[in-house]
Amino acid sequence: MRLHTAGTARGFGKPIVARITLEPLPAGERKDAALVLPSLDQRPNDFHGYAAVIVKQEVNGRRFSAPLVHSVRDIDHLNSGHIVVLESANGFIRTLYRPESRHNTLFATERCNSNCLMCSQPPIDKDDAHALTERNLKLIDLMTPAPDYLCITGGEPTLLEERLLTIVAKLRDNMPSTYVHMLTNGRRFAWADFASRFAAVRHPNLSLGIPLYADHAALHDYIVQAWDAFDQTILGLHQLARHGVETEIRVVLHALTIPRLTNLAEYICRNLTFVDHVAFMGMEHIGYAPRNMNELWIDPVDYQDQLESSVAFLARFGIDVRIYNLQLCLLKRSLWKYSKQSISDWKNSYAEACQDCSVKDQCGGFFQWNTKMQSRGIHTIAPSEI
Amino acid sequence: MARSFLPITDFAPSKAGYRLLPFRFHRLDKETEILVNECGEFLLAPLGTAERVVRRKLTPVEDIYPTLKAKHFIYDDYSSSLLDVLASKYRTKFDFIHGSTKLHIFVVTLRCDHSCHYCQVSRQTVNKGEFDMPQDVAAAAVNMMLQSPSPHLTLELQGGEPLLAFDTIKYIVSIAKPGAARLGKELDIVITSNLAFLTDDILDYCKTERIKLSTSLDGPEFIHNANRPRPGGDSYRVAIDGIKRARRLLGADQVAALMTTTQLSLQHPNEIIDEYVRQSFHTIFLRPISPYGFAIKSSHRTGYQMDAFLDFYRAGLDHIFEINKKGYNLVEIYTKILLQKILTPEGTGYVDLQSPSGAGLNVLVYNYDGDVYATDESRMLAEMGDHTFRLGNVLTHSRAKIFTSPAFVNLLQAACNQSLPGCSDCAFQPYCGADPVYHHATQRDMFGHRATSGFCKRNMRVIEHLISLLHNGNPDTQNILWAWVTDRNLTEIRASLPQ
Repeated sequence: MRLHTAGTARGFGKPIVARITLEPLPAGERKDAALVLPSLDQRPNDFHGYAAVIVKQEVNGRRFSAPLVHSVRDIDHLNSGHIVVLESANGFIRTLYRPESRHNTLFATERCNSNCLMCSQPPIDKDDAHALTERNLKLIDLMTPAPDYLCITGGEPTLLEERLLTIVAKLRDNMPSTYVHMLTNGRRFAWADFASRFAAVRHPNLSLGIPLYADHAALHDYIVQAWDAFDQTILGLHQLARHGVETEIRVVLHALTIPRLTNLAEYICRNLTFVDHVAFMGMEHIGYAPRNMNELWIDPVDYQDQLESSVAFLARFGIDVRIYNLQLCLLKRSLWKYSKQSISDWKNSYAEACQDCSVKDQCGGFFQWNTKMQSRGIHTIAPSEI
Repeated sequence: MARSFLPITDFAPSKAGYRLLPFRFHRLDKETEILVNECGEFLLAPLGTAERVVRRKLTPVEDIYPTLKAKHFIYDDYSSSLLDVLASKYRTKFDFIHGSTKLHIFVVTLRCDHSCHYCQVSRQTVNKGEFDMPQDVAAAAVNMMLQSPSPHLTLELQGGEPLLAFDTIKYIVSIAKPGAARLGKELDIVITSNLAFLTDDILDYCKTERIKLSTSLDGPEFIHNANRPRPGGDSYRVAIDGIKRARRLLGADQVAALMTTTQLSLQHPNEIIDEYVRQSFHTIFLRPISPYGFAIKSSHRTGYQMDAFLDFYRAGLDHIFEINKKGYNLVEIYTKILLQKILTPEGTGYVDLQSPSGAGLNVLVYNYDGDVYATDESRMLAEMGDHTFRLGNVLTHSRAKIFTSPAFVNLLQAACNQSLPGCSDCAFQPYCGADPVYHHATQRDMFGHRATSGFCKRNMRVIEHLISLLHNGNPDTQNILWAWVTDRNLTEIRASLPQ
């Protein structure tokens, strides 16, 4: 699925966030719209008032009454209602929001205070907080009708500090019934003051997904490559619970987390009983993960016993458990009922063995990039196996 | 700007070694010991583990090292040891202290038609004046109850047979309810009755006032009638009839039953339990007899050794497991309370197994004559002439005076198992309680002597039994125990598990 394209930009400096329209609009409705045209030939040349105009063909030498990106490689994926951002420096057109998708995100920042060995989206140390916040606030304004679900991700969103509170407050005001899920390492919430200011925004429909990789500091800190991270995350979870903010624990399954997985389950039952649920997640083979594969790789078929006993421990205690990103043919049959289809539509893919599989429609499938690093257990499930 | 990765050796404690957090240990069998920390978190380990821990023999590369760290038994200089988390767990365990006295027992009359062998206090008399609670006493007692800081109060009306003093009940309810409402307190009301005098008018009244009923059911007819004689010898029929009528009008969950184990009961655990199932109860409390009052006097008829009770309890528990496996949900309450203490971070509000003990702190008993006692057992002792635990009188003492009375201060000194000889170093201390009234009654010493204490023996053996079931019991037995702790039934817990 294509989510970006590029052309030649002219007539604007700052990034423009705008809603795509394929049909010309009356003058009063153009302020936030980006009109997409294959060429300028058949249309009346009245572009006054559009936030931007996107043209596939080259547009030469003419004066133009709106910001313009022309000579665009591909416009077929742009549909009315999509929200894009146009960059003047490189002519990039990035799709930020698709109303028909269930997986829309606000990308908060590329920075992170952790550096996880298996990070799927490695952090970049540049100060993008101001620019991305401006973009996200505008994006929220343009999201109508409001989506059912929205994810805030990064990088580490809490590095935005006050700006994060502004974003969450705007979501609360503009779309209170949109369920907001924020992926954060939770460390910043160890500071009581930040936790209470975040909670004071009182978003009515918000949950934080917070990763925890071990039941003790040394191992968790090594995996996330940050001293004090475990202590801060645990304290952060407690602070959030004190303020009634809903949290879920996310555990990525790999060779470093598997040996103490049941200990971690027990730790959660004793120390974090307030969490809404625990998600066990197959690892993505992208970002840092391929670099550290020697240390991280364990074939999912080889950790099913540990996974099953950890799930049992939590379930027995009454904690809701989910399994993400693992194909049904790798999971023990007893674990199928915890499996949720979770891979965003734009990352999702299937392998050859999936084509004739009888549970393909119930299976999460693969991350596109994971089809390259497959378990030896991937196979077509015959109807008789169900 | 590519980042680089740090080696695992950068995330390890220094060579300085580890330090201990408070924990206790206990030998379970020839191979295993249990280590329990201050918040009740436990670890089963090979015999000798506690010694290795204490002698600093552990190395960070052993699997048990991070386990002990994660469970708050040891800490080192690598991380902060999360003492605030430990503190918040400790606070959770002791949350029951919050708000002070919640359960207020009003003895509205000593009169009763039953003459139960184990009863300490009842009087077979028709003379109303002598043993009923007068209005001025009732008003002062309600007033004292309402002074409790707790936002949630339970008013238990008992006797004797409280329905013999129904007018007194109506008076107490009529002033307690508006009083609680004025203060914004929640008020639950329970009448503890043998149901012999349960008229339809009384049931209507209970329905209107949302009053729950609690009664005694000692087992099938031959046991119940033998344990609880009344003129006509039909206490069983009367109780069952009352239970049925009360359920019909008030709803099944508004009527509870408790049993007391006598010498006769000891021989019939299964029959008693089956009676509870037959009467559609979903909870049962296998409760030993209290060593008080007439129970001691008539020990030739009811008394027995704790060993006999423990055999009864274990056999009964096995039978209850079988019943659950057949699909009928039946919870043994004492087991559930202990499991909550052992398996969850929560505390319990059960006043008979707490430290500090529930006496006075979580329960107060207002006798018909206005005397205030620390527990129901305390006033039973008083009926036998031992006034050790009389804290004052509602007509002459303020709440402050009650809680600063020499009787209460003396009791408090023996109310914390954290500092009792034999308890202070016991591994099961976080799961257990202190019972100064019991030890005073049985050993003439509030602090008590643990080696010969029936209270200690019962709890040690029961806790050992439960830990053994949790680790060696068959999967369904374990599932039943976990179901009780998490307020589910066996079917629900099975459905939640991988299978």
